[in-house]
Amino acid sequence: MPAQPLPTSGDFTGQGLACRRGEKLIFRGLDFTLSAGGALVLIGPNGSGKSSLLRLMAGLTPHEAGTLAWGGTDIREDPGAHRARLHFIGHSDALKPVLSAGESLAFWAKMRGTNAAIEPALARFGLANAANLPCRYLSAGQKRRLALARLIAVPAALWLLDEPLASLDSDAASQLLAAIGEHRARGGRVVLSTHAPIELGDAARLSLGDFRPSPTETSAELLA
Amino acid sequence: MSAFLTLVARDLRLAFRQGGDAAMVIAFFVLTVVLFPFGVGPEPELLQRIAAGIVWVTALLAALLSLERLFQADYEDGSLEALALLPLPLEAQVLAKCLAHWLVTGLPLIIVAPLLALLLHLDPAGYPALLAGMVLGTPTLSLIGAIGAALSLGARRGGVLISLLVLPLYIPVLIFGVAAIEAEIAGFGARPDLLLLAALLVLAVGLVPFAAAAALRLALE
Repeated sequence: MPAQPLPTSGDFTGQGLACRRGEKLIFRGLDFTLSAGGALVLIGPNGSGKSSLLRLMAGLTPHEAGTLAWGGTDIREDPGAHRARLHFIGHSDALKPVLSAGESLAFWAKMRGTNAAIEPALARFGLANAANLPCRYLSAGQKRRLALARLIAVPAALWLLDEPLASLDSDAASQLLAAIGEHRARGGRVVLSTHAPIELGDAARLSLGDFRPSPTETSAELLA
Repeated sequence: MSAFLTLVARDLRLAFRQGGDAAMVIAFFVLTVVLFPFGVGPEPELLQRIAAGIVWVTALLAALLSLERLFQADYEDGSLEALALLPLPLEAQVLAKCLAHWLVTGLPLIIVAPLLALLLHLDPAGYPALLAGMVLGTPTLSLIGAIGAALSLGARRGGVLISLLVLPLYIPVLIFGVAAIEAEIAGFGARPDLLLLAALLVLAVGLVPFAAAAALRLALE
């Protein structure tokens, strides 16, 4: 793996963020700052908006209020540049049953314009023997690992991981934590949501339950 | 550009490995056309009169068949979300997926159409216009269909919804496609109608990516 440093200039910040799903306001008044090498762990009960916040950070869902900025520039000013610097691994693994593990990973790497070394990324997550296996024969945990191998294959400054430990065995989980550690050492940033206790050194914790609107407030009051 | 071609190649590979789509479209096209002589009778004069219309209407319906899968599979397995977060703009990706869809379903239609026209005793003078019209018209079908496929994502019974959304928009292609053949047979020349089909294609290439990408973004929110 080429271990070139990642761009470290500027903080990734959110200010006064609010998120609405349908009619319901899920959180509001949420602030965060993520500097180079930083990590943010999202905790909170089901439905508190961990996934929504990650999707919002990725730019998939528009935020109802507040600003999301990278180095002081609103991410909406140049969505292409924001997409180019992030990896988002959601609940689904984005794999095709008829493509082999190697082909899937190569596809996602080429879509980001690099002919990345696929083998080391697969080996990193213990999939070296599965490179030629169609994804329909992979177990849930292997599919998850293959999705995570995308992080290694193509470097990106910001990793957004939604429940990355789900269906991983302890080996794979420690591999992931090691990969996150290396990523941060190179100046990369990570935001991840989790239910399991996770050891990420000095990671900041954001408890989404704290930003839940109280039932008596109306959305107009909340966003004012 | 390389990301664009990578996406086209991936969709072609998926279509090739999963099979089905192209074969289903062709089978539907052939079977439906073959029904007409049974339905309206085998008189060559009658069939010759309606051949151009039958081939075009049936081609429209066949093209419609495969549209549901255009974005649905990617939507369900999370690929669409991952694609939307790539540096390549979603608009360009829509175009790439339409190109792959056309290569898999439109191109076979063009190849089979003359054989079916033969079956319906189409006047030999009409073949060049039939082929040229299909070459210009079928990409437009894939493109317009992409809007319907994107809008119906997440809806139950999306296939029916796509038909309702898309068939009215197919009417101009049908009119000029058939008119080209009739004009050529009548000796007026198919050029004006073919130019109009080309204009529709240019318009679709220019507008569809934006409309479909906007619909996809809504589906992903």
